[in-house]
Amino acid sequence: MDDSAHAPRATAPSATSPHRAPAASASAQIKPSLVELFTAFAKVSLSGFGGVLAWSRRMMVEERKWLSDEQFNETYALCAFLPGGNILNFSVMFGARFRGAWGAVAAASGLMGPPLLLVLLIGGVYAHYGDLPLLRRALAGVAAAAAGLMLATVAKMARPLLRQRVVAGPLIAFATFAAIGVMHWPLPLVLAVIVPASILAAMVRS
Amino acid sequence: MNAGAGGGTLLTLAGFFGVLSLFAIGGGNSAVPEMHRFAVDVEHWLSDQQFADSFALAQLTPGPNIIIVTLIGYHVAGIVGALVTTLAMCGPPAAFAYFVGGASERFKGKTWHSVLSRALVPVMIGLTAASAAVVVSTTGYSWISLVITFGTALTMYFVRVHPLWVFAVAALLGLGGLM
Repeated sequence: MDDSAHAPRATAPSATSPHRAPAASASAQIKPSLVELFTAFAKVSLSGFGGVLAWSRRMMVEERKWLSDEQFNETYALCAFLPGGNILNFSVMFGARFRGAWGAVAAASGLMGPPLLLVLLIGGVYAHYGDLPLLRRALAGVAAAAAGLMLATVAKMARPLLRQRVVAGPLIAFATFAAIGVMHWPLPLVLAVIVPASILAAMVRS
Repeated sequence: MNAGAGGGTLLTLAGFFGVLSLFAIGGGNSAVPEMHRFAVDVEHWLSDQQFADSFALAQLTPGPNIIIVTLIGYHVAGIVGALVTTLAMCGPPAAFAYFVGGASERFKGKTWHSVLSRALVPVMIGLTAASAAVVVSTTGYSWISLVITFGTALTMYFVRVHPLWVFAVAALLGLGGLM
């Protein structure tokens, strides 16, 4: 499965063997400057309304069709190797590859800087006017919709898992959901039990 | 905003979010229940409603979802709190990605790599589902908010529409005094 990394690029169905060429030419490309790294990630960040998970899934799977459902989940889980926000990890790795530590800093601050300033502005307005009935009612509507958006994202993510017809996956997903979402148990504790169990189940299947 | 937010509070913020950042499998969304448990249930920094508002405002802000921690930090200890919390949530994973990220490329295709990634997919989906449940519970279970929640879920599942349009409609429904 080592060619899976290049598969997303193969958008043209006519290309019979798209695996090698992109990887070879990628290293020969022009290196983005620190400023380009910053602005590129600022752009990605500012176009990602409603959270980058819903947004990146929409772009990669539904619009550009760079990734299938399964590939998206797998790519996402690969990022889960590393803790923290996937897009943040991606920006750090991407920036570091081209411009070392400063590249990582440029890309990550491009990603986090603009939303940080925006959210402080919004937070300031909320702190002063958050109790106004008008704003209160509008926010209650948006909060309910934001919860709904998340439900839809979960349903879309769960589709490939349910298609596999393996009991372990859905069972582990449900156990994780119940422990955190229903029982409200602490996250580190739950992960300490469920991750080894899930690895064991995956090893049995392979 | 809490008035008496001193160095102790900043340390608590930095410590909690610094540790939490290393347990956030698959991104900020999966850490939402733990944030809620600590900030609302344990420390009483925010009410359920304020947490729901923070989540909604973070969704309305373009950029990574993780920005919700900036709002929580701001709520607890102002601008300094916001910066400390954001750095605590982003710093450890970023450092991790910087030092380990390059190495993981070489492991792609190895058996244990695919086993681990297959093992993490269901955990990540379960965590995201739990986040959705916690977020739904903070919106207060009124019948109209449930209608908006499930209306949005069905719309976003079956129709390809920009989330901002759905948010706008929901805000109007709220403004219309329906909630």
